[in-house]
Amino acid sequence: MLRTALATLLSHWRRHPGQLVTLLAGLALATALWSGVQAINAEARSSYAEAAAALGQDRLARLVAPDGGPVPLAEHVALRRAGHAVSPVISGELRDGAARLRLFGLDLLTAPPDAGGPALGGEGIDLAAFFTAPGVLLMSPATQAGPLPPDLPPVLVRDGIPPGVAYTDIGTAARLLGQADPSFLLVAPDQPAHLPPLAEATGLRLVPPGDDSGVARLTDSFHLNLTAFGLLSFAVGLFIVHAAIGLAFEQRRATMRTLRALGLPLRTLLLAFGLELAALAILAGLAGLALGYAIAAALMPGVAGTLRGLYGAEVAGGLSFDPRWALAGLAMTLAGAGLAGAQALRRTARLPILAPAQPRAWAQASARAMRLQAAAAGVLAAAALGLALWGGSLVTGFATLAALLLGAALALPALLGLSLRLAARGARGALAEWLFADTRQQLPGLSLALMALLLALAANIGVSTMVGSFRGTFLGWLDQRLAAELYLTATDVDEAARLQAWLAPRAEAVLPIVRAEATLAGRLGAVYGQADHATFRENWPLIAAEAGAWDRLAAGAGVLVNEQLFRFGDLALGEPLRLAPGLTLPVVGVYSDYGNPMAQAIVTLPVFAATWPEVAATRFALRVPPDQAAALATALREDFGLPADAVVNQAQIKRFSLEVFEQTFRVTGALNILTLGVAAVALLTSLTTLAGLRLPQLAPVWALGLTRGRLAVLELLRSVVLAALTFALALPVGLVLAWVLLAVVNVEAFGWRLPMQLFPADWLRLLALALIAALLAAALPALRLWRMAPTTLLKVFAHER
Amino acid sequence: MNARILLAALWLAAGPAGAQGFAGLGTAAEGFAIPERPAAFAFPADHGAHPAYRIEWWYLTATLTGPDGTDYGAQWTLFRSALAPRPAAGWEATQLWMGHAGLTTPAAHYSAERLARGGIGQAGAEAEPFEAWIDDWAMVSTAAGGADALDALRVTARGDGFAYDLALRATGPLIFHGEGGYSVKSPEGQASYYYSQPFYDVAGTLELPGGAVPVTGTAWLDREWSSQPLSETQEGWDWVSLQFEDGARLMGFTLRARGGADFTAATWIAPDGTTTAYPDGALTMTPLAETQVAGRTVPTEWRIALPAQGVDIVTLPLNPQSWMDVSVSYWEGPIRFAGSHAGRGYLEMTGYD
Repeated sequence: MLRTALATLLSHWRRHPGQLVTLLAGLALATALWSGVQAINAEARSSYAEAAAALGQDRLARLVAPDGGPVPLAEHVALRRAGHAVSPVISGELRDGAARLRLFGLDLLTAPPDAGGPALGGEGIDLAAFFTAPGVLLMSPATQAGPLPPDLPPVLVRDGIPPGVAYTDIGTAARLLGQADPSFLLVAPDQPAHLPPLAEATGLRLVPPGDDSGVARLTDSFHLNLTAFGLLSFAVGLFIVHAAIGLAFEQRRATMRTLRALGLPLRTLLLAFGLELAALAILAGLAGLALGYAIAAALMPGVAGTLRGLYGAEVAGGLSFDPRWALAGLAMTLAGAGLAGAQALRRTARLPILAPAQPRAWAQASARAMRLQAAAAGVLAAAALGLALWGGSLVTGFATLAALLLGAALALPALLGLSLRLAARGARGALAEWLFADTRQQLPGLSLALMALLLALAANIGVSTMVGSFRGTFLGWLDQRLAAELYLTATDVDEAARLQAWLAPRAEAVLPIVRAEATLAGRLGAVYGQADHATFRENWPLIAAEAGAWDRLAAGAGVLVNEQLFRFGDLALGEPLRLAPGLTLPVVGVYSDYGNPMAQAIVTLPVFAATWPEVAATRFALRVPPDQAAALATALREDFGLPADAVVNQAQIKRFSLEVFEQTFRVTGALNILTLGVAAVALLTSLTTLAGLRLPQLAPVWALGLTRGRLAVLELLRSVVLAALTFALALPVGLVLAWVLLAVVNVEAFGWRLPMQLFPADWLRLLALALIAALLAAALPALRLWRMAPTTLLKVFAHER
Repeated sequence: MNARILLAALWLAAGPAGAQGFAGLGTAAEGFAIPERPAAFAFPADHGAHPAYRIEWWYLTATLTGPDGTDYGAQWTLFRSALAPRPAAGWEATQLWMGHAGLTTPAAHYSAERLARGGIGQAGAEAEPFEAWIDDWAMVSTAAGGADALDALRVTARGDGFAYDLALRATGPLIFHGEGGYSVKSPEGQASYYYSQPFYDVAGTLELPGGAVPVTGTAWLDREWSSQPLSETQEGWDWVSLQFEDGARLMGFTLRARGGADFTAATWIAPDGTTTAYPDGALTMTPLAETQVAGRTVPTEWRIALPAQGVDIVTLPLNPQSWMDVSVSYWEGPIRFAGSHAGRGYLEMTGYD
């Protein structure tokens, strides 16, 4: 009996293949966007885990120099000769343009087994070659695919090495990085029993395992962002599914009544319905997974670029298949289909056996339901406001966004109804009045699709406003911050000294750039030494400053901190900040530092030199009259003999920074477009659904003399008007969304707050897009109406009972 | 990464030819210096390292006795292995160092290992003042000015469950094996430079899980360096150092070859330090009983005969399980012997895999 019932139900799809395609496409799209985002997140997280486990950082303690610099080699040897089981590592980055490679040079003779270094021996690695110049680099296939810096030793490919990382012998790393002192020491878990604790034996700082890898924490917000987008897409996709399932239910009312009248038990009917839904969900889910994988693979290089640019996190640009996200995606599809089909199932369960078999144009939303929705919208709006005012964390930031969007979506039908009623008052003539009344009558059927459109439009406005504000601020800030005309890098201290002497008569000012790693307010960061010069006083914008901040900085009586450090460290102006052992200065000013994930502080050059005497300046900013910059750059290369890449002009740095920026938001842009596309499909589905059901309403108008062509044009017009009204509501919602992103989410995620800028031209473009989408969605049903045989319309009267 | 596997690979397969002979000693010597006749030593310089040669060691064995008459044995070894013959300092250095320490009691055998690269000061061997060290293990000269640096030494090492601190004082001169220190190792003529200080009196302390044990006894230091001491067919050796009750000493070894053409050599050392070197065949070493040690079958009782000196003895180990469980594992432990002569000594057996 079940088989017969199932066959009968399924025959519907054979007669309505278009509907089947819509249903499957909706489910597949929802699954695709959701699982694509999940795949990206999973890939990135596994990269972080690999990086965190690199050299057993998650299991091994480390010894680092208190000032963040290298550990003196003599200190390492002294610890070994005292019997401590420590192993040196020289790590650093090789850069050449965009090509970057992080080197970990290990001493395999002393490395603890937990260090997880390369397993040598029996793997075809010539050990003498590994230990002696030029050495051997081990890296993963993805890293080897490049781009890599030039002039590397021979490369051996091994799996399981984090992306962007090469393992090598410590001697090879020392040679390539020009650094003889270990960057840090790994501490074996088992130390000889008779020795004093390491903390007492050395002045080095003991970092417990798993401490301050930080990347996962830093990037959490980015992934939460992606997840939110994925969830939004999924929700929009579910609107499509809901519409398609609802339509199929309405159209099969007669079939179901007949089946029940023939004696099919209600339970079997429900089972058949459920099975049908599950089968469709699995089919669409699998297609969606494939599509999601394709989307993720296409977006992954952009995501990798974003993570590298914003957080310095290395993530492989490729994508590996993980059955876990596939299963999770499929489960989401099934759950979503169940949610979307629940209403239809409930109605089936309540269907009286001898109910009128006539399809109704959706259940008419009663005034009461509308009021309920509006009340819920009000509650959500209040919640959003409360969360925005008193939340103050990343999670509450996203909760604000969710409440705001959901509230706006729920309020949409009531607001549209209100606008149409107001518009109808101004209507003149029977046709216009009918048009408004008919549109209002259609609202319940279209409301879900319009909600989807609202969500997509609001998200689009919000995100593009945020990105635009960010971009504008960032560009202005770059112009101010990169005030010097030329930036130089010397290869060593000797060359730096000769360079300074050579430049003295040729440049207005030669400003050294020196930095030392430091722990600032508990976060890993850097301290810069800065010369007291008008370049900085005149150009560097301070967000907040005490009176005479620059003078106090120059006098060595204060420190400037970047906005990230100021916010995360919960600092206040005037509060003392510890920069190094024996160096604590009050915060006298805060500068914005977009695009930098690290904490940063600036002290005046003499203070820096006294605290970190071992750090010598090899980088310089040059002030010259702008029209002489090019000539000086040429002279530096040709007369002084600096390598071409050691002289960089302002424009090059700006271009590079901008590239990083554009890369950062490429993914956001792509997801935005995809969401809008899904909303357009939802509208198409709903309109197609309604087109079939509305014949009884259209036939009398046609009989009264309106041509099918006029009717079709009116259908298009109606769709455009509804889309325009939805856009009008989406605009303020989108702007509030942008404000929450800029003032709450960004501050939590990145540590900087940006002034909001408005981009009306973008809104117009988006409005045009929305109207085109509405036209396209209405085009097919309108075309059908226009070509409809008059007999079809006549039949409406014949069938009327 | 498993440092042990690495090290075994390093020492066993140091050259492209792959594993040949024990600890890679049977591989070709591209670019390294080769021992030549006649051997000419210059002290104190030759107590230090010879980086132009591929392999070298400072090898001390001590037969000790506790206050209750219990026998003990201690071993302290520093190996040097060069990856390339070129001299270099810092991280570029091509010298690898391996330390082994052993401590044998009748009931237990402890062993430990340390690894280090040369060039940075973590391990090395300096001639003047004499010190050979790796991490916190050291063999340091305590000799008075004017005396040979090896006349008095302090030797320390520690590992899991044990430690020792020994003071050594020589009662006789350095002696030279083979032709004045040129020691032939195969019929094909492979050789090493080889001298010893076999006349140490020892006093010191052993740290054992049960507590500190004061000990006295004798010790024997071997110094040897070469670039290719084994023939390619030789797969290991059995080596003994024997102290007779009358004050004479005997060093003897058999280099076992695949196919049975074993090579033997011996040095008879009179109580005054005069030596007699014996060529291949003069000494015979015959296994009498085997023991299962660390999954291997190892001969632990031997009959040793040197008819030219009227020696015909049978050796018994203090602890048949004296297995050095390190990267390149081998048997090394104190023995007692009886027969034509009685006394104590040390037995080392390599290449039983």
